[in-house]
Amino acid sequence: MAENFGILFQWLIFMGMAFVSIVASLLVITRKNPIHSALFMVLTLLCVAVLYILLYNPFIAIIQVIVYAGAIVMLIVFVIMLLDLETELRSKLKIVHSKVIGGFLAVLFLFGILYTVVAKPPTGQTGSYTTEKMGSNVQAVGEALFTDYVFPFEIAAILLTVAIIGAVILSKKRT
Amino acid sequence: MQVLYLLIETIVKCVVVFACLMLSVAYLTWLERKVLGHIQIRFGPNRCGPFGLLQPFSDGIKAFFKEDLVPGNSDKAIFVISPMIAIIAAISMFAVIPFGDQFTIPGTDWVVKLRIADIDIGLLYVFGIASLGEFGIVLGGWSSGNKYGLTGSLRAAAQMISYEVALGLSIVGVIILSQSLRLSEIVALQAGGFWHWNILYQPAAFVFFIICALAEINRTPFDMPESESELACGFNIEYSSMKFALFFMAEYAHMITVASVAVTLFLGGWQAPLPQLDFIPGVFWFAVKVFVLIFFFIWQRGTFPRLRYDQIMKFGWKVLFELTLVNIFITALIVLLKG
Repeated sequence: MAENFGILFQWLIFMGMAFVSIVASLLVITRKNPIHSALFMVLTLLCVAVLYILLYNPFIAIIQVIVYAGAIVMLIVFVIMLLDLETELRSKLKIVHSKVIGGFLAVLFLFGILYTVVAKPPTGQTGSYTTEKMGSNVQAVGEALFTDYVFPFEIAAILLTVAIIGAVILSKKRT
Repeated sequence: MQVLYLLIETIVKCVVVFACLMLSVAYLTWLERKVLGHIQIRFGPNRCGPFGLLQPFSDGIKAFFKEDLVPGNSDKAIFVISPMIAIIAAISMFAVIPFGDQFTIPGTDWVVKLRIADIDIGLLYVFGIASLGEFGIVLGGWSSGNKYGLTGSLRAAAQMISYEVALGLSIVGVIILSQSLRLSEIVALQAGGFWHWNILYQPAAFVFFIICALAEINRTPFDMPESESELACGFNIEYSSMKFALFFMAEYAHMITVASVAVTLFLGGWQAPLPQLDFIPGVFWFAVKVFVLIFFFIWQRGTFPRLRYDQIMKFGWKVLFELTLVNIFITALIVLLKG
Protein backbone atom coordinates (compact mmCIF):
# COMPACT_ATOMS: atom_id res chain seq x y z
CA MET A 1 0.00 0.00 0.00
CA ALA A 2 2.79 2.35 0.90
CA GLU A 3 4.51 1.64 -2.43
CA ASN A 4 1.35 2.48 -4.38
CA PHE A 5 1.08 5.66 -2.39
CA GLY A 6 4.66 6.54 -3.31
CA ILE A 7 4.08 5.91 -7.02
CA LEU A 8 0.88 7.97 -6.95
CA PHE A 9 2.74 10.77 -5.20
CA GLN A 10 5.51 10.71 -7.82
CA TRP A 11 2.95 10.86 -10.62
CA LEU A 12 1.18 13.77 -8.99
CA ILE A 13 4.45 15.67 -8.61
CA PHE A 14 5.46 14.87 -12.19
CA MET A 15 2.11 16.02 -13.58
CA GLY A 16 2.13 19.20 -11.53
CA MET A 17 5.71 20.11 -12.38
CA ALA A 18 5.30 19.29 -16.08
CA PHE A 19 2.16 21.43 -16.27
CA VAL A 20 3.71 24.37 -14.42
CA SER A 21 6.90 24.23 -16.49
CA ILE A 22 4.94 24.24 -19.77
CA VAL A 23 2.75 27.14 -18.65
CA ALA A 24 5.77 29.05 -17.37
CA SER A 25 7.74 28.52 -20.58
CA LEU A 26 4.76 29.79 -22.57
CA LEU A 27 4.70 32.86 -20.34
CA VAL A 28 8.45 33.35 -20.93
CA ILE A 29 7.89 33.97 -24.64
CA THR A 30 4.63 35.93 -24.33
CA ARG A 31 5.38 38.46 -21.57
CA LYS A 32 6.10 42.02 -22.74
CA ASN A 33 8.32 42.85 -19.77
CA PRO A 34 11.70 41.08 -20.13
CA ILE A 35 12.21 40.89 -16.35
CA HIS A 36 8.94 38.97 -16.03
CA SER A 37 10.12 36.66 -18.80
CA ALA A 38 13.36 36.05 -16.94
CA LEU A 39 11.45 35.25 -13.74
CA PHE A 40 9.19 32.76 -15.50
CA MET A 41 12.34 31.21 -16.93
CA VAL A 42 13.56 30.70 -13.34
CA LEU A 43 10.24 28.98 -12.60
CA THR A 44 10.63 26.71 -15.64
CA LEU A 45 14.17 25.80 -14.63
CA LEU A 46 13.08 25.03 -11.07
CA CYS A 47 10.31 22.72 -12.33
CA VAL A 48 12.80 20.91 -14.57
CA ALA A 49 15.10 20.56 -11.56
CA VAL A 50 12.27 18.82 -9.70
CA LEU A 51 11.88 16.46 -12.68
CA TYR A 52 15.58 15.59 -12.37
CA ILE A 53 15.03 14.76 -8.70
CA LEU A 54 12.16 12.45 -9.75
CA LEU A 55 14.69 10.73 -12.04
CA TYR A 56 16.89 10.07 -8.97
CA ASN A 57 19.51 12.57 -9.98
CA PRO A 58 19.63 15.31 -7.34
CA PHE A 59 23.14 16.36 -8.37
CA ILE A 60 22.07 17.43 -11.86
CA ALA A 61 18.99 19.07 -10.33
CA ILE A 62 20.96 21.23 -7.92
CA ILE A 63 23.57 22.08 -10.58
CA GLN A 64 20.67 23.22 -12.75
CA VAL A 65 19.45 25.48 -9.95
CA ILE A 66 22.91 26.89 -9.14
CA VAL A 67 24.17 27.42 -12.69
CA TYR A 68 21.03 28.26 -14.66
CA ALA A 69 18.45 29.59 -12.21
CA GLY A 70 21.04 31.24 -9.97
CA ALA A 71 23.95 32.48 -12.02
CA ILE A 72 22.84 32.71 -15.66
CA VAL A 73 19.37 34.18 -15.13
CA MET A 74 20.90 36.57 -12.58
CA LEU A 75 23.31 37.69 -15.29
CA ILE A 76 20.41 38.08 -17.74
CA VAL A 77 18.46 40.14 -15.18
CA PHE A 78 21.56 42.25 -14.57
CA VAL A 79 21.94 42.98 -18.28
CA ILE A 80 18.22 43.77 -18.71
CA MET A 81 18.39 46.23 -15.82
CA LEU A 82 21.44 47.96 -17.30
CA LEU A 83 19.87 48.38 -20.74
CA ASP A 84 17.43 51.17 -21.33
CA LEU A 85 14.58 49.08 -22.71
CA GLU A 86 12.10 51.91 -23.13
CA THR A 87 14.11 53.55 -25.91
CA GLU A 88 14.83 50.18 -27.53
CA LEU A 89 11.14 49.40 -27.70
CA ARG A 90 10.24 52.86 -29.00
CA SER A 91 12.82 52.78 -31.80
CA LYS A 92 11.05 49.75 -33.29
CA LEU A 93 14.41 48.12 -33.90
CA LYS A 94 13.66 44.62 -35.08
CA ILE A 95 15.61 41.95 -36.86
CA VAL A 96 13.87 41.32 -40.18
CA HIS A 97 12.53 37.78 -40.61
CA SER A 98 13.32 37.11 -36.93
CA LYS A 99 10.00 35.32 -36.54
CA VAL A 100 10.62 33.15 -39.60
CA ILE A 101 14.13 32.18 -38.50
CA GLY A 102 13.01 31.59 -34.91
CA GLY A 103 10.03 29.49 -36.01
CA PHE A 104 12.22 27.44 -38.36
CA LEU A 105 14.74 26.76 -35.57
CA ALA A 106 11.95 25.84 -33.15
CA VAL A 107 10.47 23.31 -35.60
CA LEU A 108 13.97 21.91 -36.21
CA PHE A 109 14.51 21.43 -32.46
CA LEU A 110 11.07 19.87 -32.12
CA PHE A 111 11.94 17.30 -34.80
CA GLY A 112 15.26 16.67 -33.08
CA ILE A 113 13.53 15.94 -29.79
CA LEU A 114 10.85 13.79 -31.48
CA TYR A 115 13.54 11.83 -33.34
CA THR A 116 15.50 11.05 -30.17
CA VAL A 117 12.34 10.03 -28.32
CA VAL A 118 10.76 7.93 -31.09
CA ALA A 119 13.77 6.46 -32.90
CA LYS A 120 15.72 5.44 -29.83
CA PRO A 121 13.49 4.78 -26.82
CA PRO A 122 15.26 4.62 -23.45
CA THR A 123 16.05 0.96 -22.93
CA GLY A 124 16.59 1.18 -19.19
CA GLN A 125 19.37 -1.41 -19.22
CA THR A 126 21.73 -1.38 -16.26
CA GLY A 127 25.35 -0.64 -17.04
CA SER A 128 28.23 0.12 -14.74
CA TYR A 129 26.50 3.36 -13.78
CA THR A 130 23.10 2.43 -12.44
CA THR A 131 20.51 4.96 -11.37
CA GLU A 132 21.35 4.48 -7.70
CA LYS A 133 25.03 5.01 -8.32
CA MET A 134 24.56 8.06 -10.53
CA GLY A 135 21.91 9.62 -8.37
CA SER A 136 23.59 9.49 -5.02
CA ASN A 137 27.18 9.79 -6.07
CA VAL A 138 28.81 12.98 -7.28
CA GLN A 139 31.96 10.91 -7.64
CA ALA A 140 30.34 8.84 -10.41
CA VAL A 141 29.49 11.98 -12.39
CA GLY A 142 33.02 13.29 -11.91
CA GLU A 143 34.59 10.01 -12.98
CA ALA A 144 32.43 9.84 -16.10
CA LEU A 145 33.31 13.45 -16.97
CA PHE A 146 37.05 13.05 -16.57
CA THR A 147 37.50 9.60 -18.14
CA ASP A 148 34.96 8.69 -20.83
CA TYR A 149 33.85 12.20 -21.70
CA VAL A 150 37.06 14.12 -21.13
CA PHE A 151 37.27 15.27 -24.78
CA PRO A 152 33.79 16.88 -24.94
CA PHE A 153 34.49 18.34 -21.52
CA GLU A 154 37.70 20.01 -22.67
CA ILE A 155 36.06 21.19 -25.89
CA ALA A 156 33.29 22.84 -23.86
CA ALA A 157 35.89 24.53 -21.67
CA ILE A 158 37.76 25.89 -24.71
CA LEU A 159 34.48 27.10 -26.25
CA LEU A 160 33.60 29.00 -23.08
CA THR A 161 37.06 30.57 -22.90
CA VAL A 162 36.81 31.65 -26.55
CA ALA A 163 33.38 33.15 -25.88
CA ILE A 164 34.67 35.11 -22.86
CA ILE A 165 37.69 36.47 -24.75
CA GLY A 166 35.47 37.37 -27.69
CA ALA A 167 33.05 39.23 -25.42
CA VAL A 168 35.91 41.21 -23.85
CA ILE A 169 37.34 42.16 -27.26
CA LEU A 170 33.92 43.21 -28.60
CA SER A 171 33.18 45.38 -25.56
CA LYS A 172 36.63 47.00 -25.82
CA LYS A 173 36.12 47.85 -29.48
CA ARG A 174 32.87 49.70 -28.90
CA THR A 175 34.28 52.27 -26.48
CA MET B 1 2.63 3.50 9.98
CA GLN B 2 6.36 4.07 9.52
CA VAL B 3 5.62 6.74 6.90
CA LEU B 4 3.16 8.46 9.21
CA TYR B 5 5.66 8.55 12.09
CA LEU B 6 8.30 9.94 9.75
CA LEU B 7 5.89 12.62 8.59
CA ILE B 8 5.02 13.61 12.17
CA GLU B 9 8.71 13.68 13.14
CA THR B 10 9.60 15.90 10.17
CA ILE B 11 6.75 18.31 10.83
CA VAL B 12 7.67 18.61 14.52
CA LYS B 13 11.30 19.23 13.63
CA CYS B 14 10.35 21.86 11.05
CA VAL B 15 8.14 23.71 13.52
CA VAL B 16 10.76 23.63 16.30
CA VAL B 17 13.59 24.73 14.00
CA PHE B 18 11.44 27.49 12.49
CA ALA B 19 10.45 28.78 15.94
CA CYS B 20 14.05 28.71 17.20
CA LEU B 21 15.28 30.42 14.04
CA MET B 22 12.69 33.20 14.29
CA LEU B 23 13.40 33.73 17.99
CA SER B 24 17.13 33.88 17.24
CA VAL B 25 16.47 36.38 14.48
CA ALA B 26 14.45 38.56 16.87
CA TYR B 27 17.16 38.54 19.52
CA LEU B 28 19.92 38.89 16.95
CA THR B 29 18.57 42.35 16.06
CA TRP B 30 18.68 43.18 19.78
CA LEU B 31 22.21 41.78 20.15
CA GLU B 32 23.48 43.63 17.12
CA ARG B 33 22.14 46.99 18.31
CA LYS B 34 23.43 46.35 21.83
CA VAL B 35 26.94 45.31 20.76
CA LEU B 36 27.23 48.07 18.18
CA GLY B 37 26.07 50.50 20.85
CA HIS B 38 28.79 49.42 23.25
CA ILE B 39 31.42 49.53 20.49
CA GLN B 40 30.41 53.16 19.87
CA ILE B 41 30.28 53.94 23.63
CA ARG B 42 26.47 54.17 23.80
CA PHE B 43 23.96 51.97 25.60
CA GLY B 44 21.94 50.63 22.67
CA PRO B 45 18.24 49.81 23.23
CA ASN B 46 17.53 49.89 26.98
CA ARG B 47 13.95 51.20 27.38
CA CYS B 48 11.71 48.20 26.70
CA GLY B 49 12.03 45.78 29.58
CA PRO B 50 15.25 44.96 31.45
CA PHE B 51 18.31 45.66 29.23
CA GLY B 52 15.89 46.43 26.40
CA LEU B 53 15.07 42.72 26.09
CA LEU B 54 11.52 43.39 24.87
CA GLN B 55 12.76 45.68 22.08
CA PRO B 56 12.41 43.03 19.26
CA PHE B 57 8.73 42.51 20.12
CA SER B 58 8.12 46.23 20.27
CA ASP B 59 9.74 46.59 16.83
CA GLY B 60 7.69 43.70 15.49
CA ILE B 61 4.41 45.18 16.68
CA LYS B 62 5.39 48.56 15.28
CA ALA B 63 6.23 47.07 11.86
CA PHE B 64 2.98 45.13 11.85
CA PHE B 65 0.76 48.14 12.44
CA LYS B 66 2.51 50.55 10.10
CA GLU B 67 0.86 51.52 6.85
CA ASP B 68 1.86 49.27 3.97
CA LEU B 69 2.84 51.48 1.06
CA VAL B 70 3.20 50.28 -2.52
CA PRO B 71 4.72 53.02 -4.70
CA GLY B 72 2.65 53.94 -7.77
CA ASN B 73 5.67 53.71 -10.05
CA SER B 74 6.51 50.18 -8.98
CA ASP B 75 6.04 46.78 -10.59
CA LYS B 76 3.43 45.71 -8.05
CA ALA B 77 3.49 41.94 -8.34
CA ILE B 78 7.28 41.70 -8.15
CA PHE B 79 7.35 44.36 -5.43
CA VAL B 80 5.16 42.12 -3.24
CA ILE B 81 6.89 38.84 -4.19
CA SER B 82 10.52 39.86 -3.63
CA PRO B 83 10.51 40.04 0.20
CA MET B 84 8.80 36.64 0.18
CA ILE B 85 11.54 35.17 -2.04
CA ALA B 86 14.17 36.57 0.31
CA ILE B 87 12.65 35.17 3.52
CA ILE B 88 11.68 31.77 2.06
CA ALA B 89 15.17 31.23 0.68
CA ALA B 90 16.82 32.32 3.93
CA ILE B 91 14.70 29.97 6.04
CA SER B 92 14.71 26.93 3.74
CA MET B 93 18.50 26.97 3.58
CA PHE B 94 18.55 25.82 7.19
CA ALA B 95 16.83 22.54 6.28
CA VAL B 96 20.05 20.61 5.62
CA ILE B 97 22.13 21.91 8.54
CA PRO B 98 22.88 19.14 11.10
CA PHE B 99 22.47 20.93 14.42
CA GLY B 100 22.95 17.95 16.74
CA ASP B 101 23.50 14.23 17.10
CA GLN B 102 20.68 11.70 17.16
CA PHE B 103 18.74 10.54 20.19
CA THR B 104 16.20 7.80 20.91
CA ILE B 105 12.76 8.73 22.19
CA PRO B 106 12.46 7.17 25.67
CA GLY B 107 10.20 4.11 25.75
CA THR B 108 10.43 3.44 21.99
CA ASP B 109 13.14 2.48 19.53
CA TRP B 110 12.45 5.47 17.30
CA VAL B 111 15.69 7.34 16.56
CA VAL B 112 15.40 11.06 15.96
CA LYS B 113 18.23 12.62 13.97
CA LEU B 114 18.69 16.29 14.72
CA ARG B 115 18.56 17.57 11.16
CA ILE B 116 15.52 18.13 8.99
CA ALA B 117 16.79 16.71 5.69
CA ASP B 118 19.95 14.66 5.34
CA ILE B 119 20.46 14.74 1.57
CA ASP B 120 23.49 13.67 -0.45
CA ILE B 121 24.10 17.07 -1.96
CA GLY B 122 23.39 19.12 1.16
CA LEU B 123 26.24 21.53 0.60
CA LEU B 124 25.24 22.27 -3.00
CA TYR B 125 21.62 22.71 -1.87
CA VAL B 126 22.73 25.50 0.48
CA PHE B 127 24.49 27.32 -2.34
CA GLY B 128 21.65 26.80 -4.79
CA ILE B 129 19.05 28.24 -2.43
CA ALA B 130 21.38 31.08 -1.47
CA SER B 131 21.76 32.11 -5.10
CA LEU B 132 17.97 32.04 -5.49
CA GLY B 133 17.57 34.21 -2.40
CA GLU B 134 19.60 36.94 -4.05
CA PHE B 135 16.72 37.37 -6.52
CA GLY B 136 14.69 38.81 -3.65
CA ILE B 137 17.15 41.65 -3.14
CA VAL B 138 17.80 42.31 -6.84
CA LEU B 139 14.12 42.31 -7.84
CA GLY B 140 13.07 44.24 -4.73
CA GLY B 141 15.30 47.14 -5.70
CA TRP B 142 14.36 47.00 -9.37
CA SER B 143 10.60 46.79 -8.86
CA SER B 144 10.51 49.81 -6.51
CA GLY B 145 10.81 52.19 -9.46
CA ASN B 146 13.38 54.18 -7.53
CA LYS B 147 16.84 55.03 -8.83
CA TYR B 148 18.52 54.39 -5.47
CA GLY B 149 16.77 51.05 -5.26
CA LEU B 150 17.82 50.17 -8.81
CA THR B 151 21.43 51.12 -8.07
CA GLY B 152 21.33 48.96 -4.96
CA SER B 153 20.00 45.95 -6.80
CA LEU B 154 22.50 46.35 -9.65
CA ARG B 155 25.25 46.36 -7.08
CA ALA B 156 23.74 43.30 -5.40
CA ALA B 157 23.64 41.37 -8.69
CA ALA B 158 27.20 42.28 -9.67
CA GLN B 159 28.53 41.54 -6.20
CA MET B 160 26.74 38.21 -6.10
CA ILE B 161 28.10 37.07 -9.47
CA SER B 162 31.66 37.92 -8.47
CA TYR B 163 31.58 36.48 -4.94
CA GLU B 164 29.61 33.28 -5.56
CA VAL B 165 32.56 32.00 -7.61
CA ALA B 166 35.07 32.48 -4.82
CA LEU B 167 32.58 31.20 -2.23
CA GLY B 168 32.04 28.00 -4.18
CA LEU B 169 35.75 27.50 -4.76
CA SER B 170 36.70 28.16 -1.13
CA ILE B 171 34.82 25.09 0.08
CA VAL B 172 36.21 22.69 -2.53
CA GLY B 173 39.22 22.05 -0.27
CA VAL B 174 36.90 20.81 2.48
CA ILE B 175 35.01 18.63 -0.02
CA ILE B 176 38.31 17.09 -1.20
CA LEU B 177 39.28 16.30 2.39
CA SER B 178 35.94 14.83 3.44
CA GLN B 179 35.05 13.28 0.03
CA SER B 180 31.37 14.00 0.56
CA LEU B 181 28.80 16.71 0.04
CA ARG B 182 26.59 15.34 2.80
CA LEU B 183 26.83 17.76 5.71
CA SER B 184 26.34 15.08 8.37
CA GLU B 185 29.31 13.11 6.97
CA ILE B 186 31.47 16.22 6.93
CA VAL B 187 30.61 16.74 10.61
CA ALA B 188 31.20 13.07 11.48
CA LEU B 189 34.70 13.23 10.01
CA GLN B 190 35.59 16.06 12.39
CA ALA B 191 34.75 14.09 15.53
CA GLY B 192 37.12 13.58 18.44
CA GLY B 193 38.43 16.94 19.57
CA PHE B 194 39.22 20.29 18.04
CA TRP B 195 42.48 19.03 16.45
CA HIS B 196 40.35 17.15 13.92
CA TRP B 197 38.41 20.24 12.83
CA ASN B 198 38.77 21.26 9.21
CA ILE B 199 39.87 24.76 10.17
CA LEU B 200 43.31 23.36 11.10
CA TYR B 201 43.67 21.65 7.72
CA GLN B 202 42.09 24.44 5.69
CA PRO B 203 42.87 27.69 7.56
CA ALA B 204 43.14 29.78 4.38
CA ALA B 205 39.86 28.39 3.03
CA PHE B 206 38.14 29.38 6.29
CA VAL B 207 39.29 32.98 5.93
CA PHE B 208 38.19 33.08 2.26
CA PHE B 209 34.85 31.53 3.17
CA ILE B 210 34.19 34.12 5.89
CA ILE B 211 35.12 36.99 3.55
CA CYS B 212 32.88 35.68 0.75
CA ALA B 213 30.10 34.91 3.23
CA LEU B 214 30.15 38.53 4.40
CA ALA B 215 29.75 39.59 0.78
CA GLU B 216 26.99 37.03 0.31
CA ILE B 217 24.94 38.29 3.26
CA ASN B 218 25.65 41.92 2.29
CA ARG B 219 27.28 43.00 5.52
CA THR B 220 29.91 45.65 6.14
CA PRO B 221 32.51 45.97 4.61
CA PHE B 222 30.55 44.62 1.61
CA ASP B 223 27.12 46.15 2.28
CA MET B 224 27.06 47.82 -1.12
CA PRO B 225 23.40 47.02 -1.96
CA GLU B 226 22.12 48.98 1.00
CA SER B 227 24.93 51.38 1.92
CA GLU B 228 23.00 53.88 4.04
CA SER B 229 25.23 56.89 3.50
CA GLU B 230 25.15 56.94 -0.31
CA LEU B 231 22.03 55.01 -1.37
CA ALA B 232 19.83 55.70 1.68
CA CYS B 233 19.23 51.98 2.31
CA GLY B 234 19.48 50.93 -1.34
CA PHE B 235 17.31 48.05 -2.45
CA ASN B 236 14.75 48.31 0.37
CA ILE B 237 14.34 52.11 0.19
CA GLU B 238 10.65 51.99 -0.83
CA TYR B 239 9.68 49.18 1.51
CA SER B 240 7.72 49.85 4.65
CA SER B 241 5.84 47.95 7.32
CA MET B 242 5.89 44.14 7.24
CA LYS B 243 7.58 43.93 3.83
CA PHE B 244 10.56 45.82 5.19
CA ALA B 245 10.49 43.61 8.28
CA LEU B 246 10.57 40.51 6.04
CA PHE B 247 13.71 41.75 4.29
CA PHE B 248 15.21 42.51 7.67
CA MET B 249 14.36 39.05 9.02
CA ALA B 250 15.67 37.41 5.84
CA GLU B 251 18.98 39.20 6.28
CA TYR B 252 19.40 37.96 9.85
CA ALA B 253 18.17 34.44 9.09
CA HIS B 254 20.65 34.31 6.24
CA MET B 255 23.37 35.42 8.64
CA ILE B 256 22.54 32.59 11.05
CA THR B 257 22.52 30.05 8.22
CA VAL B 258 25.84 31.22 6.82
CA ALA B 259 27.37 31.03 10.31
CA SER B 260 25.92 27.51 10.68
CA VAL B 261 27.43 26.42 7.35
CA ALA B 262 30.81 27.81 8.40
CA VAL B 263 30.54 25.96 11.73
CA THR B 264 29.55 22.73 9.97
CA LEU B 265 32.32 22.88 7.40
CA PHE B 266 35.22 24.21 9.41
CA LEU B 267 34.51 24.17 13.15
CA GLY B 268 33.33 20.61 13.68
CA GLY B 269 29.56 21.23 13.61
CA TRP B 270 27.92 19.97 16.77
CA GLN B 271 31.02 18.04 17.94
CA ALA B 272 32.46 18.98 21.33
CA PRO B 273 35.90 20.65 21.27
CA LEU B 274 37.33 18.01 23.64
CA PRO B 275 36.35 14.31 23.77
CA GLN B 276 35.87 14.64 27.56
CA LEU B 277 33.08 17.17 27.02
CA ASP B 278 30.96 14.81 24.90
CA PHE B 279 28.34 14.44 27.66
CA ILE B 280 27.01 17.93 26.90
CA PRO B 281 24.47 17.70 24.03
CA GLY B 282 25.69 18.62 20.57
CA VAL B 283 22.99 21.28 20.17
CA PHE B 284 24.70 23.30 22.90
CA TRP B 285 28.09 23.25 21.16
CA PHE B 286 26.48 24.08 17.84
CA ALA B 287 24.72 27.09 19.36
CA VAL B 288 27.90 28.28 21.08
CA LYS B 289 29.97 28.08 17.90
CA VAL B 290 27.31 29.83 15.82
CA PHE B 291 27.06 32.53 18.47
CA VAL B 292 30.84 33.12 18.38
CA LEU B 293 30.80 33.51 14.61
CA ILE B 294 27.79 35.82 14.69
CA PHE B 295 29.44 37.91 17.37
CA PHE B 296 32.42 38.19 15.06
CA PHE B 297 30.13 39.34 12.23
CA ILE B 298 28.65 42.06 14.45
CA TRP B 299 32.05 43.04 15.83
CA GLN B 300 33.60 43.53 12.42
CA ARG B 301 30.59 45.59 11.35
CA GLY B 302 31.43 48.03 14.11
CA THR B 303 35.13 47.98 13.15
CA PHE B 304 35.60 48.11 9.38
CA PRO B 305 34.59 50.93 7.04
CA ARG B 306 32.70 50.15 3.85
CA LEU B 307 34.83 49.41 0.81
CA ARG B 308 34.38 51.36 -2.37
CA TYR B 309 32.40 49.58 -5.09
CA ASP B 310 35.24 49.15 -7.61
CA GLN B 311 37.56 47.99 -4.80
CA ILE B 312 35.06 45.24 -3.93
CA MET B 313 34.86 44.00 -7.52
CA LYS B 314 38.62 44.18 -7.96
CA PHE B 315 39.18 42.31 -4.70
CA GLY B 316 36.67 39.59 -5.63
CA TRP B 317 37.97 38.88 -9.12
CA LYS B 318 41.67 39.70 -8.88
CA VAL B 319 42.55 38.51 -5.36
CA LEU B 320 40.01 36.09 -3.84
CA PHE B 321 39.38 34.10 -7.03
CA GLU B 322 43.07 33.34 -7.59
CA LEU B 323 43.79 32.63 -3.93
CA THR B 324 40.95 30.12 -3.68
CA LEU B 325 42.18 28.37 -6.85
CA VAL B 326 45.69 28.16 -5.34
CA ASN B 327 44.17 26.71 -2.18
CA ILE B 328 42.36 23.99 -4.15
CA PHE B 329 45.53 23.20 -6.10
CA ILE B 330 47.68 22.85 -2.96
CA THR B 331 45.03 20.78 -1.14
CA ALA B 332 44.61 18.43 -4.09
CA LEU B 333 48.39 18.09 -4.47
CA ILE B 334 48.88 17.19 -0.80
CA VAL B 335 45.98 14.70 -0.87
CA LEU B 336 47.43 13.13 -4.04
CA LEU B 337 50.96 12.88 -2.62
CA LYS B 338 49.72 11.36 0.64
CA GLY B 339 47.77 8.82 -1.43
